[in-house]
Amino acid sequence: MRSADCAWRDTGLAGVRVPGGLPRLLPAGFTAGPVGLAGHLTRYGPLPSPGPGERHREALIEEVRRAGLTGRGGAAFPTARKLAVVAAGHDPVVVANGTEGEPASSKDKVLLARSPHLVLDGAVLAAEMVRARQAVIVAHHSVREIVDDAAAERTRAGCDRVRIRVITAADRFVGGEASAVVRWIERGIPAPMVTPPRLAQRGLGGAPTLVQNVETLAHLALIARYGASWFRSVGTLQEPGSMLVTILGAVRQPCVHEIAIGTPIGEVLGLAGGPSAPLQALLIGGYFGNWVDTVKAARLPFSSAGLEGLGAGVGAGLIAALPADVCGLRETARVARYLADQSAGQCGPCLFGLDAVADGVERLAGGRTSDLSPLRRCLDQVDGRGACSHPDGAARLVRSALDLFGPELEQHAHGWCCGTGSVLPVPQRRRP
Amino acid sequence: MISRAGNAATELLRVDPIACDGRGLCAEMLPELITPDDWGFPIIRDDAVPAHLLGDARATIRACPKLALWLEHRRGGSRVSRRPALGAASGTGAGRQGRLT
Repeated sequence: MRSADCAWRDTGLAGVRVPGGLPRLLPAGFTAGPVGLAGHLTRYGPLPSPGPGERHREALIEEVRRAGLTGRGGAAFPTARKLAVVAAGHDPVVVANGTEGEPASSKDKVLLARSPHLVLDGAVLAAEMVRARQAVIVAHHSVREIVDDAAAERTRAGCDRVRIRVITAADRFVGGEASAVVRWIERGIPAPMVTPPRLAQRGLGGAPTLVQNVETLAHLALIARYGASWFRSVGTLQEPGSMLVTILGAVRQPCVHEIAIGTPIGEVLGLAGGPSAPLQALLIGGYFGNWVDTVKAARLPFSSAGLEGLGAGVGAGLIAALPADVCGLRETARVARYLADQSAGQCGPCLFGLDAVADGVERLAGGRTSDLSPLRRCLDQVDGRGACSHPDGAARLVRSALDLFGPELEQHAHGWCCGTGSVLPVPQRRRP
Repeated sequence: MISRAGNAATELLRVDPIACDGRGLCAEMLPELITPDDWGFPIIRDDAVPAHLLGDARATIRACPKLALWLEHRRGGSRVSRRPALGAASGTGAGRQGRLT
């Protein structure tokens, strides 16, 4: 086994076993529960420390930059840039974001449930890189206990110099937005805040705050161990590395898989056992994503560059397969209504605009009208008008539905619809 | 004095969508730059405020009952936000929008 060329450490990595192939983040094969600390260390080796010196920390940030790691929460922001900004601030805080408010996505929950120590490694390492004394892990309620146990195991082993605090995430769609996570930790309100100031300059308690998705931190922990070149050995030149994807809908085995970025979409569907019914469309990226034609998409690489031609992107790594007997317009109407309900209610254009958008899609799907202009007018008025990108994301999904399912509108207006079932998970409305 | 041409500063009109309540004064006072949307919230058509409208823009900002409007000063690549809340860290009542409060 070759040793990684790990430029950030002078010591080199002689003797470290460099794992090849995938999965990198999840345990290979079936495991009953989460991987414990001993198993984790056996597989990956000890977590290297960035060292006390400024020079070492900068070298590790440079290594992350060379690796080309980007945020895996959906926005794909370069991780090294965020690290550098936060590191320049005084007394910062690190937040590992495992909120995963998107109901269709499970990759962060699966990662925390199966490899909690890799995420904790990444959070501790990020904290050491920016000289933070505390790392806050925000975990979805379904995996909170597992993360608590892992954190307690580390405390007993005494392996971290950084205090780890675990809190339960807000169970709400917008709760995962970075500033909403900070506000949730601070005040128990899962609603986004206005930028500027940026969180990297002024976040939790006024301190510079690094908010990273849990998967991003897991990758970070491996880059520190095996180096940038190892990280780049899978994936594409522009979007290196691997990523977790959630595959759901009309597939034989809905699941979370780790893929090399750029794997053809048809192959990714194969990982979930292939389609369980004839498909008519795929939802790519999540509820802020795009509906795309199955035939056109199947040969395309699952990467943002590969999907650009269809106007789509990988988002938070989600592929939902829509079977031929489920109506895409009805599905979009359900999701649009859910997204409207999930508005934090802070910004007028989002609160009123998304309600009007959902109403417009419901009218079209229900065959009450086939006139697109009122809906288009609403869509054009919500883009970029919220404190966060919630309205933009919802508008994107609805626009892509109109593009792809537009030809069916006439049929809907005449009382015909391709199906009444549903595949996309939409939580029930809860009224306080 | 020679004017510093080529280093022109631009004032950008910004709205805080969370603070904004859609009272609609701004669209009435500054129709050149602001149109209300279907729900009464301001759409800023062109955020760069032309020099001859700067006075009107400042009057509009002062008139907003929710203090939701402000000017962002841009010179070259750098931006300076003239938002009262951000300028005054230990500040007066205007600190309500700051993250420390």
